Amino acid sequence: MTATVSSVSSGRRPRGVGRSWAGPAFVAGYVLLLIAFGVLPIGYAIYFAFTDAGGTFTGFSNFVTTAQDFRFVDALGHVALYLLFWLLSLVVFVVGLALLLHRVSVGRVSQALRFLYYIPGALAGAASVLVWLFMLDPTVSPVSSLLEDLGFDTFGQVIAPDNLPVLFTVIAFWTGAGGWIVVMYGALNNIPSDVLEAARIDGAGAWQTAWHVQIPMLRKWIVYMVILAFAGGAQLFVEPQLLSLASVGVAGRDYSLNQLTYAFAFQMNNINGAAAVSMELLVVSVSVAGVFVARSRFFDAD
Amino acid sequence: MTVNKPLAGEKAVPSKRRAVLLAACAATLAVTVSACSGAASDKTTTKDGFAQAAQTDGAVTVWVDATRLPAAKQYQELHPEVKLDIVSYDGDANGSNYLQTKVQLFNRTGKGWPDVVFSSQNNEASWAVDAGFAAPLDKGLIPADTLGQFAKGANDVCTVNGTVYCLRNDLSQAVLWYNAPLMKQFGYTVPKTWEEYQQLGEKVAAEHPGYLVGDAGDSFTPEIYLWASKCEANHITGPKAVTANTSGENCTKMAKLMDGLIKNKSMSITGVFSTDFAKNEADKVLLMPGPAWYGGAVFKDTLKTPDKTIGAAPIPQWQGDTAPSTGNVGGGTWLLSQHSTHLKAATDFLKWVTTDNAYQGEKAPGFPAYAPAAENWLKAQAASGYFAGDLGALKDASSQVWPGWGSGQFSQEAIWAATVKPGLTQGQTIESLLPAWQDSIVKHAESFGYKVSK
Repeated sequence: MTATVSSVSSGRRPRGVGRSWAGPAFVAGYVLLLIAFGVLPIGYAIYFAFTDAGGTFTGFSNFVTTAQDFRFVDALGHVALYLLFWLLSLVVFVVGLALLLHRVSVGRVSQALRFLYYIPGALAGAASVLVWLFMLDPTVSPVSSLLEDLGFDTFGQVIAPDNLPVLFTVIAFWTGAGGWIVVMYGALNNIPSDVLEAARIDGAGAWQTAWHVQIPMLRKWIVYMVILAFAGGAQLFVEPQLLSLASVGVAGRDYSLNQLTYAFAFQMNNINGAAAVSMELLVVSVSVAGVFVARSRFFDAD
Repeated sequence: MTVNKPLAGEKAVPSKRRAVLLAACAATLAVTVSACSGAASDKTTTKDGFAQAAQTDGAVTVWVDATRLPAAKQYQELHPEVKLDIVSYDGDANGSNYLQTKVQLFNRTGKGWPDVVFSSQNNEASWAVDAGFAAPLDKGLIPADTLGQFAKGANDVCTVNGTVYCLRNDLSQAVLWYNAPLMKQFGYTVPKTWEEYQQLGEKVAAEHPGYLVGDAGDSFTPEIYLWASKCEANHITGPKAVTANTSGENCTKMAKLMDGLIKNKSMSITGVFSTDFAKNEADKVLLMPGPAWYGGAVFKDTLKTPDKTIGAAPIPQWQGDTAPSTGNVGGGTWLLSQHSTHLKAATDFLKWVTTDNAYQGEKAPGFPAYAPAAENWLKAQAASGYFAGDLGALKDASSQVWPGWGSGQFSQEAIWAATVKPGLTQGQTIESLLPAWQDSIVKHAESFGYKVSK
């Protein structure tokens, strides 16, 4: 092995100078942007979270003040419920649909399905939510008869507070799941055909192949999806914010933690409190990612 | 192993890399810091009651909503010599807080403030003064005799600690709008008291089901009905003090009246701007208590009610009261920025847009707050021939706004929309939701630092 690598390496030696700079050059741009728009703002937010408006160190008082706000616990509950719905639906349906897509991978049908799954993702976040505002209003919706069959005659009934976690999940799934289905489909294609062939020879049916062979081999991709979806879901903002505007406040301007952060920053002029809530979201997202990465041995080489 | 062996000459690279990285960090930091500390350090002069920035000749930036866009354009046509940069925004409609959000950001970056801005919200002065955005207008910028000609109480919402920080665009006193031909056809008379209004609602439900005597589906519903009933839900008693008591009789009797009419379906709960209302109920409005701007914005533009159909009568009063009390649903305000570097031109625009007959007296869609323009506006409305009868009720109502309801920093509309509206949609009564409404007002007011009495 060493010999092979050596030979390859020595074969590329003439381009050695380029090689020594290529990696860092590729990474440099990313690192620079990461520092400018990731690390520095986080540092700035940490500074805000532990100081008051005058820049004096205040310890955890911003965290305590915001946690005691009458909207905080409700917003936390809303986000938790939404994450539960969103992550479950994502894992079950994305994996299910990707397996189905892989199963019917016969030429045009597969291509058409992949295209269909991907289309909603092509709409920018806010635009796709606006599409849903029309879909959910029985007066103008193209599926108004379906809404009426479900007992909804007015937009107000559709966006009742109890329905919101499901509505946000449906909107988010429609917007974001298509891309993940395509990713999972790609991952399924990477499973060597002789493994599937062996399973078939051993008498495994479609279900057993999926459960015992394909899904375990998708594990890392699923973990990757869950980590990103959790981080994105915890920052729920666009959906409730637009729905709130469209419903003239009925859907709540402080439904999610991020909306509460926005309210602290721009309505109550409490940037420090807003930074404290942002820090909490960051810590939770990073911790959850850490747990998933550790337990799934995400970075282990196969 | 060979792979991992560093190439000749690579030893020096790490320090170079470190230098590049450090330089990049420093550059990024410099950009960030300079962006954050870009506050204007220009010389300021204290004049007209505030520290004014050094004045320049640049364009006056004016922020307006879609409805006020023609006003700014008209000013530009009449004053071609003025450099005007007209920016269209949502006018903070439905309490979007766009202006406040932007001002917080401009305050941080030290630039970007509009010179003059229109807002459809009455409570802008309550935060804009704290934020150091609104300029005092009665300390030299706007002459006292001009300010004195605004309708009585019109600029109360603009007054903070005795100083006027904005000018009211229009009054939004509520009246009872009615469909004159339909009332005649059904043989009804316009009710003068809330008791008569309730009886008529019951009659309409029995004799002409489907027709409406009002709508309770908007976020400004409490300002139409509960304010008119003198419900003490939002009595701003000081700069940071409010009384919120929804259990008083003035609140409960109006809540009961509305609940009865909602139950018999003579009062809608969908909201006049909702797609449902425009589609299903536009031609079913027999009566509709609502603000002055309903005439143009709701009946003429949204519901497309034909000419000579809609008339305005005084808002009903409770039996035993000597005169009607009315609520006030919005009515825009114009603010001038303290940071303006074109104060003369900006002030001229502000004065023109709030007082000049060319816009306020003839073209404005709402009842002008500036009394001489209001006189002219009423004549223009009569001459337009849209309304059935005269709009004298609007003039009378302009001095009948009950003063026990104020404009605090927290949005009453947002609180009602989030607390009461969902319950109404699910079939709960307003009366049963009054305690939750009060609770929510108290919590929101306290979160803004208000001392709340109940």
